[in-house]
Amino acid sequence: MKLTFPHMGNVSILIEDLFGRLEIEYITPPKTSLRTVRLGVRYAPELACYPLKVTLGNFIEGFESGADAGIMVGGVGPCRFGYYAETQRRILNQIGYKVPMFILEPPLAHPLKFYRTFKKVAPKKTLRDLYRTIKVSWKKARYIEMIEKQVLQNRCYEKVKGSTTKARKKAINLLESAFLEKEIENAYQEATEIISSVPKEEFDAPKIGIVGEFFDLLEPFVNFDCEETLGNMGFYVEKSVYLTDWLSPGGKNLIAGHSADEVARAAKPYLSHFVGGDGRPTIGHTILYAKHNFDGVIQLMPFTCMPELIAKSILPKISKDLDIPILTLVFDEQTGKAGIQTRLEAFADLVTARRKKGFKPRREIIDWLDNKDQDLVEV
Amino acid sequence: MRIGLPRGLLYYKYHPYWETFLTEIGFEVVVSPPTTRKLLKEGLIHAESEICLPVKVFYGHVASLMEKVDAVFIPRMVSVEGKAYTCPKFLGLPDMIKAAFPNIRIFSPTINAKKGFKGYYRQLLLFARQFEASAFKAFSAIMAAEKNQKQYMAQLYKGIIPVKNNKIPSNGNPNIDSVKVGIAGHAYNIFDDYLSVGLIKKLTDRGASVVTPENVPQKTWNKYSSKLPKHLFWTYEKELIGASLYWIEERLIDGLIYVMSFACGPDSIVQYILEDEARKYNMPIMPLILDEHAGEAGIVTRVEAFLDMLRKKVYA
Repeated sequence: MKLTFPHMGNVSILIEDLFGRLEIEYITPPKTSLRTVRLGVRYAPELACYPLKVTLGNFIEGFESGADAGIMVGGVGPCRFGYYAETQRRILNQIGYKVPMFILEPPLAHPLKFYRTFKKVAPKKTLRDLYRTIKVSWKKARYIEMIEKQVLQNRCYEKVKGSTTKARKKAINLLESAFLEKEIENAYQEATEIISSVPKEEFDAPKIGIVGEFFDLLEPFVNFDCEETLGNMGFYVEKSVYLTDWLSPGGKNLIAGHSADEVARAAKPYLSHFVGGDGRPTIGHTILYAKHNFDGVIQLMPFTCMPELIAKSILPKISKDLDIPILTLVFDEQTGKAGIQTRLEAFADLVTARRKKGFKPRREIIDWLDNKDQDLVEV
Repeated sequence: MRIGLPRGLLYYKYHPYWETFLTEIGFEVVVSPPTTRKLLKEGLIHAESEICLPVKVFYGHVASLMEKVDAVFIPRMVSVEGKAYTCPKFLGLPDMIKAAFPNIRIFSPTINAKKGFKGYYRQLLLFARQFEASAFKAFSAIMAAEKNQKQYMAQLYKGIIPVKNNKIPSNGNPNIDSVKVGIAGHAYNIFDDYLSVGLIKKLTDRGASVVTPENVPQKTWNKYSSKLPKHLFWTYEKELIGASLYWIEERLIDGLIYVMSFACGPDSIVQYILEDEARKYNMPIMPLILDEHAGEAGIVTRVEAFLDMLRKKVYA
């Protein structure tokens, strides 16, 4: 049995590593391309959100290249994501891929279901093996994301255009091939070295924070690599969602730097309840970015994404209250690169102009919100 | 104190409950007028352009209440049964309204049945206590509200359809060859005459008898929806798919109209699941997607074509 899985940024590195260690046979589908999207759009429900269509395309391409089973993450709602796996299973059955789909339910909500799926996929391994393997794979994934973070923060300072991107490729390759824990540590040291040794030109770069839905943030094909575009325009970029943060939000070693509780507290004056997906983190991170004196925030979301739409309805108010520019970019199969590029450029001009004039997010309001948080009464 | 109830979204499900409860604890309840073109336009100004139609209309209803009341009642309905949530938009609704209308006072008790007593009765009691209602008064208000809601539901289960301000029951026109049509759609879409462009009346005028998911008791739709391989985690969609599967499997209808609003998140998935299930029973399904550009002619054409097709199938 050869498993296939959908792409989401660097997630394929983590899964390949994990499956390799657990001795599970797998086939990595070809990288997400226009063909993937076309395939997904052809068979998915028209009004379903974009990630469902893209990942469906990944599955189809994975089966075309010889896989005979699929694995996908489940969920308990209220975001649509929790029902992706079931919907995709039905669609794939309908169009003729009568293959088993393994749905990994969150282990805390459905321990038994999780265990059963695990046993089916890797019959020879015990939960203890899984725990040990995940610990190592996890470390690797975290290190890769830390490199990604470093890249985002360094790109704007590079002397030669494109040198950071080149260095990133080298660094990620280095980490990807490391296997033992010791090797991973060493590779990470070397990789940071590679990134930081890119020749730099120090200047006062404006800062932009990126918030939004995790698939759009993590998959560069979907967001037209807008992080790189911003970096090349000379912006210091930070991203709020990293895969490892997302999977263990309360964790100790956070990459984005804010625990889920902290983010929820920051969001409370504007959105006092979780709404599924990344709705509340989007609000919370936006406020935290303002607190750290960022010059602008960009929200990425798939068309009709419910939690992000709630956030999008509230963001204009935050933008007005805290005096921070916020741009929302919506992605689906109709989105074109030129449109995104134009909007980013216009936003960049706005942010740069504001910085030149010395505009900053309103400190007094942010402090007031911080204190107000304590005595907010839920009516 | 005058408290406003926007006539939108979950109002169509829980209005007997909310109205009784608020009146009993001493508010003067003002319900916004039925949806009109003007109201929708008002909503479009304030709401996010991408959001689904019923939420846009809800903004309009809140705007229409703004001058008339001291506060608006928008409970945060997180969950109405232990195992499932409502739509995420209901979770964020009070905050969305707050962001769009900063000057309005909003009362939003959080109803979360996942937390049991603490998340439901206690929240309502605490809410009532804020307005100097005694514990006894608050308790009896909840009891009266539950009683009224039960009576209303009992009427629905008898097959009465609450269109046109809950007055006119419609049971089909006996003079024409009758076909039975199930409407799978949310109460706030199909019972709002403006949003659905009078869909129910159009169907009954053309000799169809209509059933809606509201006419199916919870026990029944729970039973049928639990047949799905994966538990559906949205209560109202579960009701919708459970009711539809009940009609389809028991052969209670000749055809199904799936009414959804454009950009409705849960429905985009559930519609596919339902179509996939209905395929086994060879049941005709027509999806009808509503948005602010829905025109009467378009709906009429589609409804007539669908009914003609059903008649051919049933009486041929």
